[in-house]
Order: sequence, then C-alpha cells, then structure tokens
Amino acid sequence: MSQPTDGKQGEADYGRRADIRHILSQMRQNPIVLAGAVISAISVLVALFSWVFIGPSYWIQLDPPLKLCWNNAVIDWHIQNAITSCGSTVFPLGTDNYGRGLLQMILISIPVDLQIAFEVVASAVVIGTVLGGVAAYLGGVVDEVILRVTDIFLAVPGILLAIVLMVILGRTIPILTISVLITWWPFYVRLARSQVLSEKEKLYVERLRATGVGGSRILFRHIIPNTIYPVLVQATLDIGAVILTVSALMFIGLTPDPKYPELGNLAKQGIQYIFTAPWLIVFPGLTLLIISVGFNLLGDGIRDVFDPRLRR
Amino acid sequence: MSSIADAVQILRVKGLKVTFHTYAGDVKALDGVELAVRKGEILGLVGESGCGKSVTSLSIVGLLPPNAKVDDGEVLLGETNLLGMSKEGLRKVRLSDIAMVFQDPMTYLNPVLTVGSQIQEVLEQEPDIFVPLMAKSMLEDAQTQEGALPKMKLEEMAATGRAGRKDRRTLARAYVLKMLREVRLPEPERIFKLYPFELSGGMRQRAMIAMALVRRPKLLIADEMTTALDVTVQAQILQLLKELRTEIDASVLLITHDLGVVAEVCDRVAVMYAGNVVEVADAEDLFADPLHPYTQGLLASVPRVDSEVRERPSISGSVPNLIYPPSGCRFHPRCPKAFEKCPQTKPLLIEPKPGHLVACLLFEK
Amino acid sequence: MTAMADEILRIEGLVKWYPKKSGFYPRKVSNLQAVDGVSLSVKKGETLGVVGESGCGKTTLARTVMRLTEPTKGSIVFEGTDIAKLRGRKLRPFRRRMQMVFQDPYASLDPRQNVRSAIMEPIRIHRVAKSSQEAQMMAADLIEEVGLNPDHLSRFPHEFSGGQRQRIALAIALAVSPEFMVLDEPTSSLDVSVQAQTLSLLRRLQRDRSLTYMFISHNLAVIREVCDRVAVMYLGRVVEVAPTSVLFNNPKHPYTVALLSSIPVPDPSKRKELVPLAGDVPSPVDIPAGCRFRARCAFSTSKCADVSPQLVQVEKDHWVECLYDIDFMAKTKSELSA
Repeated sequence: MSQPTDGKQGEADYGRRADIRHILSQMRQNPIVLAGAVISAISVLVALFSWVFIGPSYWIQLDPPLKLCWNNAVIDWHIQNAITSCGSTVFPLGTDNYGRGLLQMILISIPVDLQIAFEVVASAVVIGTVLGGVAAYLGGVVDEVILRVTDIFLAVPGILLAIVLMVILGRTIPILTISVLITWWPFYVRLARSQVLSEKEKLYVERLRATGVGGSRILFRHIIPNTIYPVLVQATLDIGAVILTVSALMFIGLTPDPKYPELGNLAKQGIQYIFTAPWLIVFPGLTLLIISVGFNLLGDGIRDVFDPRLRR
Repeated sequence: MSSIADAVQILRVKGLKVTFHTYAGDVKALDGVELAVRKGEILGLVGESGCGKSVTSLSIVGLLPPNAKVDDGEVLLGETNLLGMSKEGLRKVRLSDIAMVFQDPMTYLNPVLTVGSQIQEVLEQEPDIFVPLMAKSMLEDAQTQEGALPKMKLEEMAATGRAGRKDRRTLARAYVLKMLREVRLPEPERIFKLYPFELSGGMRQRAMIAMALVRRPKLLIADEMTTALDVTVQAQILQLLKELRTEIDASVLLITHDLGVVAEVCDRVAVMYAGNVVEVADAEDLFADPLHPYTQGLLASVPRVDSEVRERPSISGSVPNLIYPPSGCRFHPRCPKAFEKCPQTKPLLIEPKPGHLVACLLFEK
Repeated sequence: MTAMADEILRIEGLVKWYPKKSGFYPRKVSNLQAVDGVSLSVKKGETLGVVGESGCGKTTLARTVMRLTEPTKGSIVFEGTDIAKLRGRKLRPFRRRMQMVFQDPYASLDPRQNVRSAIMEPIRIHRVAKSSQEAQMMAADLIEEVGLNPDHLSRFPHEFSGGQRQRIALAIALAVSPEFMVLDEPTSSLDVSVQAQTLSLLRRLQRDRSLTYMFISHNLAVIREVCDRVAVMYLGRVVEVAPTSVLFNNPKHPYTVALLSSIPVPDPSKRKELVPLAGDVPSPVDIPAGCRFRARCAFSTSKCADVSPQLVQVEKDHWVECLYDIDFMAKTKSELSA
C-alpha cells in the first residue's frame, strides 16, 4: 500500500523550477530553436573575445604582400597546401586582397556588425517603447502627435535615407548607425503602442489606479514589463535584420574605409575576385547568413516558448 | 424510489478514468466515474470547478482535447460503447443521439451565419435519418403546414426518406421555424434571419436549445446552460426546460454548479468531487437527507435567498490539485468525519438506502 | 433625506453617461445611460448591498464612486467632502481612505509582481510606513490577517488558487487602512465552498477594522447573507432600498418581486411554477421616458409611460420608485381576473 497523500504535494510545483523545466522541454521538442540559440550564443562569444586573440588593429595593413592563396589563381581546395604554400603564418581560409587572413578578418568583423546591430536595436527599443507607451497611455493629442511623427518616419525609405545622410554627413560608423536607427525606431513605437493600448484596459491597471498608484509608475513599472515579450522577440529578430541591412549598405560602398573589418565590406572587396578567388565572397556571405538565421531562429523560439504561456 | 437496475438506462458511464497530460504534470481528472441516466429523466450533475463534470460530458461525446487520455472505463449508449468508436461513428452519435448545449452560446454559434441557416445546416446532413424525422414531425402538427409542402408529399417523405433537394430545403426550413416556435422564441421568421450577435443572451440560448432538439436526440447534455445568464432570463430557460419535457422525448443530463437550479428542475442528482461521483439520489432525498460529508458541507455553506442565516459554516481547505490527488478517498483532507481508513481505501458507490448511493467509508460495514 | 452624523458616504443624483459621437462635427448619436440618477447614503460600519442584473449600472456605480471615472453629474460626498470633481493630487488622500476589491481576482493582480511587492506598493505610495523595514513587517502582518502564510509573500499570482488570490487582493486593499471598501462581486468567480470562507473573512475584517462595505452582486442569496441594507438597481436607477429582511420579506417594487421569485432555491419541496419575467434584460442606451420598468411590469398602466417615478418612502427606511403600491395593484388585478 503506498504512502497516504493529502493533496498538498503539488504546492512546490510552481515557480521558477517548473518554468525552467518547461523551457528545456520546449527546446528538446524543437531542435531548430536550439540551433538558433546556439548559433546566437556562439556569435556573441566570438564578438566578445575575438579581439583578444587577433588584435584590434589587425585590419590596418600597410602595403602587405598580396597572397590570396588557396593555390594560385586556379581553384584547388586543399587546405594543407594553402598553409604550406602561404608562408609561415596560418591562413586557414586564405587571405583577402590586402593580404590579411580571411578567417581572421571575419572573426574581427563579427564584433563590429554585432555591436552596430545591438546599438541600433537597443536604442530603437528604448525610444520606441517610451514613445509608444506614453502615446498609448496618455491618448488624446499626445497620441496623435506621436503617431503622425512616427508615420512620417515610416514613410521614408530606409536605404535611400542612409545613402543621403552618409553622403552628406560623411561615411563614418556612427552616422551609419544613426541612419539605420532613424528608419528602425518607428516599428517599435507602433508595436509598443499597440501592446500598451490593450494592456491598459486590463483589470489590474484599474486596480492600481484605485489603489492610488500614479500614471507614470503604472506605465513604466507595471504595463511595460508585462508587454515586453513581443518587443523582445521583435528585437531579437531585428538583430539579424539590422546586420543584413548594415552589410548591404557597406556592400554598396558606404564604408568609412575599404579595409574596414565588416562582413558586407569584405564581401564588397571579395566580389572583384569572384571568378578567381570566390572564397573571398563566399565565406563572409556564409557568415552573414548563419548569424542572421541564428538570431531569427532564436527570436522565433522565444516567441514559441513564452507567448503561449503568457495566456495561462 | 427504484434502484438503478430497474429503470431503462439511456446512458451508462462505468469506471471512467481520464488523465490530462500537461507540462506541469499528469492531471488525474476522472478517477472512475459511475453514472447512469434513465430514460425520460432530468439528471443533475453538480459539483464545483475542477470536479470533472465537464470532462465527463466531453468524454461521453468524444470531444476531449488532444492531451487527454481515457485510461479505463466504458460509456454505454444502449449497448454500444462510445469510447471505442471511430471518429465517424461518434459524429453520427453526436448528430442524432446525443446533443449538447453549452454555457456561452456566443462562442458556440457561428457568428457569420444566420441563426436559422445554422440550424438548417444540421438537418441537411444524413437525409436518410432526418427527412423522415422532419416529415413525421410536420405531419403531427396540423397547424404548422405554413403552405410549405402538401400532405401527400410529406407522407411520401416520411415513408421513403427520399426527396428532391428543393423539397428537402423547404421541409428543413419549415421544421426549423417550428422548432424556434417550440422554444418559445417570438417571431420565428424574423429570428431565423438574424445573426447571433443580434440576439440577446436568453434568445441565443434558446436558439442553441433549438439546434440541439431539432435532431430529436435521445440524450441532451446541458453543460452550465444557464450559468452565464441573468437570473430572470435563467428562470425563463428553466421554465422552458420543464415545459419541453412533456413534448420532447429526451433524457437530460444537466451539468451545473448551482444547487438551486438542480433543486428546481432535476429528478435525480449526482454529486461530483475531484473526479469521482460521491453521491446519487432523487432530488428530494438528496436535499432532505444528504449522506456524503461533502454534500452535507456544500448544502450547509451555500447562501440561500429563503433563509435568514447570516453566518454559515464552510468546508475547510480547498479543492485538491489533481496532479497530486489525495490518496484513498479524495475528500479525506477536508472531511470532518474522516478516520484512519480514509486515506488508505478508495470508497466505491454503495446503496445504504434504496435509490440513494454514496461513496463513503462511513457506510461500509 | 437629511445628512446624518454617522454617514460616511452620500451620493446625490449621480449620473454617468457614455455618449457616442459620430461624424466629422461630432454629433451625439446615442447615449449609454449607465448610471442615471442614483442617490444613496451609506452609514458608517454597515454593509450596503447593491444588486441588479447585467446592464443595471452597478459596476459603473462602483467605479464612479471610487472615482475611477468622472461622473457626468451629481455629487459624491465622502465624510463631508464632495469628491465628484476632484482630480489628481487633491484626490490622492481619498484614495487612501476608499479601496476596492474586484470580481476577477487573477486579473486584478499584476502577474509579474510578487505578493510582497504588491502589498508594499500602496504602503510606499501613501507613505503609511516610516521605513522599508516597517513596510515589510506590515506586509507580513497583513498576509496573516487574510489567512495566508508569510512564505506566500515571495510567490506570484499564478501560483495561487482563486480564493487565495482574492485574499491577496484584500491584503493589498487593507494595506493603507481604508475606512470604506467597495466590493465588486468579490465571490462571484469563486467556487461555492470557497465563497463561504471568503465571506466569513470579509465579516471578520469588517469587525476588526470597523470597515464600511458597499457590496455589489447579482447574487441575491449572498446579498441576503452579508448585507444590512440593500439597494436594487434597474437600468441605471435605484428602484428600491430597504433593510435586508424587509426587502426579502416585503418587497414593494414589481422588479424586486419578479427578481426574488425567479431565483431557484436549493430545496425541491419549494419548487415553484416559475412565472418568469417576460422579455429580456434591456440595454441602457437611449432609455425612453416614463418608468423604465414598464415594458416588463405586470402592473403597468398608461400613467407609467408619462410620469417618471422618483424614490418615495413607503415605511421607515424603505424607499421605492414606483407610482403605485404593489400590494394594492396585485389585489386589484386578482379581483379583476376573478
């Protein structure tokens, strides 16, 4: 006969441990999400630590001997030969047209791309959430004004604006970041606004008002933390999208320096040699693909794991 | 006062065990439910939320969600076990034998179809069954000819079950109007053309009842049918139910948490707690002499309009989490009369008084 | 009605309309008259019940009294001050003295806020405690006062049952030691066995803290058990007010009579041939003139369409809004049909 139970055993089954178990079980069921999470994690790690190993000024080469490797101009994909035939330094992916190791260049480009992407996305999230939240909560004239301004910025075509701004103001990374940001934040205003609009009708908001809690506290301490998940999902997805956008802009020539370590820029240099040394564009392009897909999958995964549970 | 074995049973649920698999664990929702609905009676199934009454009704008609698994038991409609049936077989059962009315008609009616056409849609399936049914019903009622179809044609339909498409449509429409009148909806022709959102709550519920009764089912399951209605509208629906009893030859399984509703319309009552049926009796007997401590506690704690009592006793504790249900008798942690055997042995339904069943160790010798 | 010394709240002619405007030059298209002229007085320490079906305006009345919305017309005098038109900073001190508990205990709690933080928030905002430590101690005391354990303080709303969540909502409301509480259907979404526990907790809290309650419900059985006086609402107006036993034993308004006789009782021997009220519960949009109950009233006359009745005192503490005396009308009707 088993031990008598009184029904209280379930009390420990809520809270953090059950949540973590749920997340892990979701990951087990969905290996694609897991792949996305892993890729994103690796990208971030690389971004954080690659400059430790390769050195931040690696990309500034002064009159280097042109090597290109991976066997002359004829394509021959034996890596051992590349190593031996390219001299004493190790160039696993050969060199680019400036004689710098391609693998090394990719590794120090990743932090640049990720940094710009995080800056753009983080700023867009903050600006968008504040503006959208205030617009939704206050309503009336404030809402109208913010909406119209947002609409104006939404109407501006992103790439054109970036081109114009960079041509006028100069081709620097900060200007690039800002011009991408300008076209990015309106989406977050819209997203945050619709989230706050529906959340502020909820009963606990009314209860907080009845308790005497002030408007800004309700908005920033209660409503926004509850509506942040869709914004986070969108932000994660956008990291991939911003990296692609920035690379595209660099690819069409809006770079501060042709030697700048950035994946799009590497591709731009590599495309000149596409028939003789195709790896110069294939590897940067592949890296771009993997990173953006990784963040995309991670964003989808966050949505799958968290959203249905929110409806609990 | 006859015992279960005597009367003809339309539906018999035996030892039904259902488990829900959720990410938090396995919810042992039903733990061997025993239930029987006799022909022509209104059986009330009463219990609080989480007791399993809705799960029982969904199990009967095969509408459980995908994460639910029937571990054991039988659901016998006549001689057939509904639990083993194929999807197609169950669909036919839901079409002509068992009909359900739910709590919130707004979510169960199609918002983009008019009320009349939704009900008509039901009847346009299985013409072999429905055409004779409708024709016979129209013939019975001399008044409701409505210039729809001549008598001879109706007789032919009733006999052969065959009819041209146009005739079937006309017949179905006339029949639906007849049903709308039977559920006491004013101006049936106008209601026929309205959409669900254009009706009030009470009218929508009547429309759902009409949709259920058009197929002349053997059993009507009403799952919290009046819970969402205002009390004056609820009174109308309960009155309707009482009036329809004599006209429609169906048995009713009335599921509710409201003891007043049960006392008002039911012949017999089954009380459920935490996945088990703990007491079954005729309505008068249950309210006058409740045997199970849960029933006693429930009746003592529920506020009543006709009583001046202002401080009522309450059942201590709360409804158990069915992922870790109490062992033995699931009520023992809250029972004022529990003794040593209670956590160890699960009580089965026995009959200490004729016609009155209890699942409690106090009554086992 | 003259002001009484032991009166904590007095509502006079309270009106809350929701007009719907349409068109470029906004013209009023329709008017939702949620609360359409309510006058009530609440005595200190009593429990006033407000009962009615959907659309009667009881929830709007609760929200307007709590100043969650501004009334269209009328006054709300709380302990001598009219708070109907007050806003913002001036209203803040009253928020400490009047609190509300809502129908859906889960929805009324922020799902991301643990219990301790939720209880300490009003304490902090209204500066009831002198230090963070004192606030924490108060939170622990409050949680025990409502019948839960201190180790529930670090948990989140979704970890509790319905009855427990309602207790948490009560603890939050009591944190600032209010004098007056509006309870909007506090037990309607709870199980029957939990309802009794919650009601006895409410009773105990009222005794211990000398609270005054406005108890809103559609469930007349609960009202009878809990309230000292009852106001029956229909389509935005109070149609009858009386002490509880008087209302239930001797109702005077035809709606109250119909309401009471519609309620099924848990006793099969009292099974009645229900004479349900005809028609549906109407919507409070563009209410026609005259008595608003006349369409469904068994005793209405032509006069009922022309004259809008006002609350009239029929006996001590018993007010009815009807042009006629129901006992007289019922007798006349049965004589006529005999």
